[in-house]
Amino acid sequence: MTLTAPSGAPGRRDPGALAASAGRGRRKRLVRPARTGGSQQRLGPVYLAIAPFFVLFGVFVLVPVVFSIWLSFQKYSVLGGIGASEFVGLRNYEFLAQDATFRRAIVNSLLIWVLGTFPMLAMAIVIAAMINSVTRLKSFYRLAYFLPNVTSIVAVTLFFGALFSEQFGLINQVLEGLGLSGVPWLTDPWAMKAVVAILITWQWCGYNAILYLAGMQAIPGDVYEAAALDGAGPVRQFWSITLPLLRPVILFTTVISTITTLQTFTEPQVLFGSNTAVNPNSGGPGQGALTMVLYFYQQAFNNNDYGYGAAIAMGVFAVVLVFVVINFRLARTGDDH
Amino acid sequence: MAVPTLPGPEGSAGVAAPAPKRRPSGAARRRSLLPHLVLWVGVVAALFPFYWSVVMATNTTRDIFSTPPKLVPGTHLAENIANVFARIDFFGALANTALVAVVTTVLVLTLDSLAAFAFAKFEFPGRRVLFGLLLLLFMLPAQLSLIPQFLIMRELGWTGQLQALVVPALANAFGVFWMRQYMSTSVPDEVLDAARLDGCGFFRQWWHVAVPTARPGLAFLAIYTFVAAWNDYVWPLIVLVNPEVQTLQTSLAQLNVSFGTDYSMVMAGALMAIIPIMVAFLFLSRWFVADGVAGAVK
Repeated sequence: MTLTAPSGAPGRRDPGALAASAGRGRRKRLVRPARTGGSQQRLGPVYLAIAPFFVLFGVFVLVPVVFSIWLSFQKYSVLGGIGASEFVGLRNYEFLAQDATFRRAIVNSLLIWVLGTFPMLAMAIVIAAMINSVTRLKSFYRLAYFLPNVTSIVAVTLFFGALFSEQFGLINQVLEGLGLSGVPWLTDPWAMKAVVAILITWQWCGYNAILYLAGMQAIPGDVYEAAALDGAGPVRQFWSITLPLLRPVILFTTVISTITTLQTFTEPQVLFGSNTAVNPNSGGPGQGALTMVLYFYQQAFNNNDYGYGAAIAMGVFAVVLVFVVINFRLARTGDDH
Repeated sequence: MAVPTLPGPEGSAGVAAPAPKRRPSGAARRRSLLPHLVLWVGVVAALFPFYWSVVMATNTTRDIFSTPPKLVPGTHLAENIANVFARIDFFGALANTALVAVVTTVLVLTLDSLAAFAFAKFEFPGRRVLFGLLLLLFMLPAQLSLIPQFLIMRELGWTGQLQALVVPALANAFGVFWMRQYMSTSVPDEVLDAARLDGCGFFRQWWHVAVPTARPGLAFLAIYTFVAAWNDYVWPLIVLVNPEVQTLQTSLAQLNVSFGTDYSMVMAGALMAIIPIMVAFLFLSRWFVADGVAGAVK
């Protein structure tokens, strides 16, 4: 199975689609310039076709990435601009290593990742298996579960902010109606992370379920028939056939979810960003929902500290990379088994 | 669906095994109802926030916050919408968002399908290196390039202007990956050879052969790009420094910051901001869900 999907979230960049290039064993058409002799003329249009994209790509991706690395070794002067920035060596990184706020942001992001990724993916597999098992309403289910994913994160966050509003929100009203006490969803550090994780789960569960569903439908039916003949029941079939054969899709979705969730920004920014004016390091009360990218944004674009912001961006990249590598390692350990 | 459904009684595969013959049909039917039951719980969870936003947007804030709260749509929608219009330039933001989304989509489709066609069907010096570069940089997180992108925009004098949203979005590596993959399997080499023998150059092969045959892939990329452009928040937040020029997402967030206590009004704004994209999605969902995402695993 080769994953070629965009799995991206609208509105988020999707590094996972790198799998798209994994097409194997395809026929490739050759221009064969050697035989025609006029290689320059024939290749001209080809280069002309890729030129606009690569010019833009160079200016807006390649140069910025290199520039960002350079910036992370600079002390940027807001007044003097780039010309007045001075080389400070590893000072930004030294500061980053000792920055308690960044450490807190890492912990927050990791907690949101754990709360918002694994239950969501487990639910998505169950949903996919169920959609796969029914005959009627398949398309309806696919559509209904996919709908949260095309809604803008800002609007979704506003919906959930109202639902979880502490004094009058529906969730607390229901809890109190049941005789329980309301939860301080937007002020308690754990509840804040839970709300962000619930938001992520709501928006991404159906999307991942549909990816799993596609994977399940690619499993040949005779595998199940053979298992049924051997006396394997539905649950046994799910554990022994569906899950192992879904491994590539599961790895793919885990990597994508890890990358996007560790870079959570909009949800905490909209829910808790409004008091950044009071405290530039804020991510809600007690910085309970200050994620790595939110901290990056605040340092870079509220404080205009571009040098330190660039160093934070590198730090975020390093953290994400570590966890993506762990994902792949775990997947390989599974292979040996 | 691109992927064939599995054969079997009840068309089931995966979880539900074919029911043994001796089992009474009533039990089998009950068992096949269980997934529907669970799935409906999920559907309610997936759709409830939409319903609740309608309830909030059609009632007054005081009604929502009364105990017990109102659970059904009310009659104050017009009033809430009028409040939105009074607080933000909704139609200005809508026009900006639509313009940016349409222009970005058209340009991304053109540039990406051109580049993708070259990568999918032609061998040329530098092909591997360029594609590898694309792949490598695509893996890097977005915030690594945000600061320099902003500085470039400031250098160009584009901050606060709509082209600052369109132009960087055109460096969309995902679109090239996706279209390359799609074209390499769907555009037949025989037809390209025939076109070449008839004297068609690269661009005519692209326009007359590649684009028509890759239409489903292009449709998916179009919706994907449009939705992403419509919903983008981080970059407009950074680069739209001029309060007069905003998109729906940034003005929605602004509405919440300034008037967040008026939930009904904020919800009315949020609802209006998502309705166009919802309608577009429902019309085009066949492409988006079936061909796009299901084409993921081939």
